[in-house]
Amino acid sequence: MTTVSRRTFLKGTVAGSVLAVAAGAGLLAPRRVLADSWPAAAFSEKTAQGALKALFGTDNIPLSTDIHVRAPIQAENGAVVPIEVSTTLPNVESISLVVDKNPFPLVCHARLLNGAQGFFMARMKMGQTSIVRVVVKSNGALHEATQSIKVTVGGCGG
Amino acid sequence: MAHETKIKTRPKDGATEILVLVSHPMETGQRTDPKTKKKIPAHFIETLTISVNGKPVLEADMSIGISKDPLLGILVKGPKDGDKVNVAWRDNKGETGAGEAVVGG
Repeated sequence: MTTVSRRTFLKGTVAGSVLAVAAGAGLLAPRRVLADSWPAAAFSEKTAQGALKALFGTDNIPLSTDIHVRAPIQAENGAVVPIEVSTTLPNVESISLVVDKNPFPLVCHARLLNGAQGFFMARMKMGQTSIVRVVVKSNGALHEATQSIKVTVGGCGG
Repeated sequence: MAHETKIKTRPKDGATEILVLVSHPMETGQRTDPKTKKKIPAHFIETLTISVNGKPVLEADMSIGISKDPLLGILVKGPKDGDKVNVAWRDNKGETGAGEAVVGG
C-alpha cells in the first residue's frame, strides 16, 4: 500500500513540476495572450456578412486593388488551402480571412503591430468551393479583396 | 499532450519573414469518430502571439477554419540578427504553448 501511495505521490510531483515549468514559460510570454480577447461572437457567426458586422461593425467594405491574394484557384485538398496576402496599403492594422461557404466563415483575424508589414500567410480549411474574402484594415479604413477558390471533393485533382 | 512550436526566420524583401508552425490537431467539433459514432469535441488554437524582443508584432485570433498543424507567416521590418522571437498560444481547452528563436540563428 505504501508503495502505491508513494508512486502516486511521485507521479503527482513530476506532473506538478512540468506544470510549473510550463507556467514559467508562460510568464516570459507576452501577457496579452492570456487575456481573453478572442472575439467569440464573430467566430460563431454563420454568414460572412454577420461575421464582418460582428468584427468591424459593418459588412459594407469597398474593394481594393492594392491587396494581392496568392492562393490556388483550384485546391485539391480542402483541408489545407495555403493563402498569402500582401498589400501596399499604408499602416496595416489587421488582416482577416473569411471563407463565405464555411460553416463558420471567419477563419482568422490577424492584428499586425510594431513594424509588421502588410503581409500574412496561413493555411485554411475549406468545406467547398467558395469566395474567400480578405479584409485589410489600413489607417482605420477597411478594404476588401475577394478570390474564388474551387475545392475538388475527394482531392483527386479533377 | 505536447504541442511542438517551431519558429523560422529568414530575410525577405528587406524585412524579416517569421514563420511559425505549431503541431496541433485543430479539431473542428464537426467530425464524428467512425468507431464510436461520437462527435469529436472541438480543440483548436484561439490566439497566437508573435513578439520580437518582447514587443508583439502579431496577435492572431483563429478558429476551426485554420488547418491542422497551423502555419502562419508574417513580414516584419526592423529585426536584426540576434533579436529574440517569442511565440505564445492558447487553445479553447486552455492549453498553452510557447516557442523561442533568434533572428538569423
